[in-house]
Amino acid sequence: MRDLAGDIAAAEPVTAGPALLEARGLTFSSAGAWLIDDVSLAIAPGRRTVILGANGAGKSLLLRLLHGLERPSAGRVLHHGRPLDRRARRAQAMVFQRPVLLRRSVRANLRFALSVRGLCGRQRAEREAEALARARLTDLAHRPARLLSGGEQQRLAIARALAGRPEILLLDEPTASLDPASTQEIEALIEAATAEGVTVILVTHDLGQARRLGQDAIFLHAGRVAETGPADQVLDRPHSGPARAWIDGRLYL
Amino acid sequence: MESVSTVFEEAARLILVWDPALIEIIGLSLHITLVAVAIACVIGLPLGAVVGAFRFPGRPLIAVTLNALMGLPPVVVGLVVYLMLSRAGPLGPLGLLYTPTAMIIAQTLLVIPIVAALTKQVVEDLHREYADQFTSLGVGRFDRVTALLWDARYSLLTVALAGFGRAVAEVGAVIIVGGNINHLTRVMTTTIALETSKGNLQLALALGIVLVALAILVNAAVMALRSSAQRAAYA
Repeated sequence: MRDLAGDIAAAEPVTAGPALLEARGLTFSSAGAWLIDDVSLAIAPGRRTVILGANGAGKSLLLRLLHGLERPSAGRVLHHGRPLDRRARRAQAMVFQRPVLLRRSVRANLRFALSVRGLCGRQRAEREAEALARARLTDLAHRPARLLSGGEQQRLAIARALAGRPEILLLDEPTASLDPASTQEIEALIEAATAEGVTVILVTHDLGQARRLGQDAIFLHAGRVAETGPADQVLDRPHSGPARAWIDGRLYL
Repeated sequence: MESVSTVFEEAARLILVWDPALIEIIGLSLHITLVAVAIACVIGLPLGAVVGAFRFPGRPLIAVTLNALMGLPPVVVGLVVYLMLSRAGPLGPLGLLYTPTAMIIAQTLLVIPIVAALTKQVVEDLHREYADQFTSLGVGRFDRVTALLWDARYSLLTVALAGFGRAVAEVGAVIIVGGNINHLTRVMTTTIALETSKGNLQLALALGIVLVALAILVNAAVMALRSSAQRAAYA
């Protein structure tokens, strides 16, 4: 039995080795509430890290901070040990819970993301074809993107994110409103990305998904890191109160 | 004075026989209005998009000004353009007063605030949806504006239509700077005003019918285009 101090784990890297992405004393407050409170963590390269926690624990906000979409009130995010600038963000790609697709065709959505990165001509066309094949949307390339099914839209969003060849792929509950078949396809895409060497950070509140995809796990509670470690350890032998309660399906107040 | 039905009959005849005087006036009207709306869109669309998409100092002031200028009285615009173009005015040497060009300038000034203010609203709403994704993709400022304008294209068509409606129906500004000169600067609205006061109700009514028919036609076309775009989830 661990003592109470173990409930809120100290700042320690998830796993040993050089960190690809690091948060140091990351804090975000809004209207007097500390939504993210002194979070320090390190993401190991080439691995899949799941961020877990109850609703309102700050999972999505933490992801947004790691991606630089929100400015922290205090603390910082380091990418290869350097501050998160525009170039660093280009090494990251984020997929949102509800995919944001442009009012254009499937192919034009991919083309836009690639053009923004300065790709054109044959190279861009090749990457488009590659992304279409990856998302299994080649036959639907000319369809309006927003007429695709929810699962197809999310596949397109992930393929678009990966088309820019990011180092890190951040996903915010990508299968939150999808059926099991679509979820399986999305998870296969995520696993394929890891196989290609992409580091994955995934926010989920689905315990099953965390078990299926997680290699490392970060458990958040009330804006703080309650527990970190290898996923099987956090999920099967949690030592912090919040993680134990959440995994047992109890309410932790 | 003739009975109302005789006036209607004569007006219908003028339209049906494609009366040359009538056609000339309609043609000039459309020419002036379309050129003015086109120029106003070239200026107003990017202006509205920039104000709608970005936060910068002075932005609220610009937004309020654009909104206020939407209700600009045409006669005031006509007066200001008149002062600019009149012989003693700063642009007097160009000799543009009482030409179609002067009318285009006046209508452009009238339509720019409408296009810009409505575009700002459309783009602001769209950007709220796209902003995070754009930031995530690393989309630069210029690409943001062009992408927002393109993705809002069907809503912006309605914006251009609002500008067209304002310009084609407007009489105060064009009569001041155009002078309502026969065969030169006489457009539908100024002709209606003149012919009505002269008692030549047939021509006035014929033009009135054409004006209303045009408005309905253009609106119907834009609505059809939009609903087909909506089916593709593009609007």
